[in-house]
Amino acid sequence: MSAPLKVRVRAVLKTAGSLQGGFDALEDSSDLHAAGLTSHATVSLMLALEEAFDVEFPDRLLRRKTFSSIDAIADALAEIGVRDVAA
Amino acid sequence: MTPWLAAARAVGCEIAGRYADDVDAQARFPSEALSALKEQGLLGILVPESEGGPGADIAAVVSICHELGRHCASTAMIYAMHQIQVACIVRHAGPNPWLREFMRRLVREQLLLASATSEAGVGGDVRTSICALDERRGKFTLTKQAPVISYGEHCDAILVTARRTLQSPPSDQVIVVVPRADASLQVQESWNTLGMRGTCSNGYRLAAEGEMAQVIPAPYADVSAQTMLPTSHLVWGALWLGLATEALSRARSFVRTEAKKKPGVPPVGAARLAAAGVELQSMKGDVLSCLRRYMDASASEDTLAGIPFAVAMNNLKILSSGKLVRIVGEAMLICGLEGYRNDSAFSIGRLLRDAHSAVVMVSNDRIAANNANLGLALRDDPEPLA
Repeated sequence: MSAPLKVRVRAVLKTAGSLQGGFDALEDSSDLHAAGLTSHATVSLMLALEEAFDVEFPDRLLRRKTFSSIDAIADALAEIGVRDVAA
Repeated sequence: MTPWLAAARAVGCEIAGRYADDVDAQARFPSEALSALKEQGLLGILVPESEGGPGADIAAVVSICHELGRHCASTAMIYAMHQIQVACIVRHAGPNPWLREFMRRLVREQLLLASATSEAGVGGDVRTSICALDERRGKFTLTKQAPVISYGEHCDAILVTARRTLQSPPSDQVIVVVPRADASLQVQESWNTLGMRGTCSNGYRLAAEGEMAQVIPAPYADVSAQTMLPTSHLVWGALWLGLATEALSRARSFVRTEAKKKPGVPPVGAARLAAAGVELQSMKGDVLSCLRRYMDASASEDTLAGIPFAVAMNNLKILSSGKLVRIVGEAMLICGLEGYRNDSAFSIGRLLRDAHSAVVMVSNDRIAANNANLGLALRDDPEPLA
């Protein structure tokens, strides 16, 4: 649990995002939807993030934008109280 | 009543209704009704004043679909599908000069817009594409195997979904406006169906070319969530309500005729008619409450993009299509043999066949599966009732 937040988000995304190929070329700011994250997979990703970080996303964050990049996901997690370790 | 609704009512009563049986029998395009709708300027009413239109809101379109649904469901469906495309352009064109000029043309020339969102090989999932825009120096070419393009041969432009580039994954889609003159359509499958026979929804191999400026700038995911999905379910719900209303209107006439024959003896269908009226009332409530919800949310992209809104609009489709089939079925039972005949004043046959398209076209099972997935993310509804 000591890895930086975005590294942990990336790990969840790798298993739950159903992205096809090119995963390692993704930057933190890359558009995940353009990289192939479907709306169906977004729900799985959300559930996996909730499980991994032991949080629940409130309604207002349940939208496409929240899951549009690793940066956006990390911001949302920070907003609901997930703390980052010094990167 | 808006002047547009009054004009639509006249077209419905005098023209669409008169040709509805022939359109159905021949499985032909309702050209008389569509010409009349064009003459009345009803195809461009959503276009804002800044682009030369009257800037009507979606409620005006919903009321017209409801009215047309009473007279000819194929005409109503064509009008509804056209307005879904117009709504997408109006909301998502942005400052793009090509699209803004296209809106002006739409009003001036009363262009009829069709849609090619489904594709062979994606298993019915319109949110993924196989075909892609092949861009070279600001121009694109595109080939799509489209299992249905409703009224493709009678439209003036087609909105086509495709992957953004040849390298894009299937979910990274855009939607592009292709004038009919720039598209070649090769018929692959003809439209010979139980109902909605006038929509002429043949399957085609579509080949098109054009300028990149014809691409709606927003990702199709946004266009779909904010506009195409909610307006589809609203305009369809409205025209299905019109169809259900017409079926019960025939049933009511039948029951009243029976009552007059034997005064004092309640006709056998009266109780069933009253029960069907309960369902019609709730169907109307569903459409109106979702219309209000969409209009309240339309200024907020976040609300429109949210899961609760998408689930609610999907629910409207499941609710209203199911109720339509039940109501028209009840009307058939109420009218009995007179309803079963194709040549009686109380005939329900065409309405019944048209009604069954509602649960099949965009399959309710697919929408329910989609809702089941979205439901995993839904939270308890914190909204106060009033």
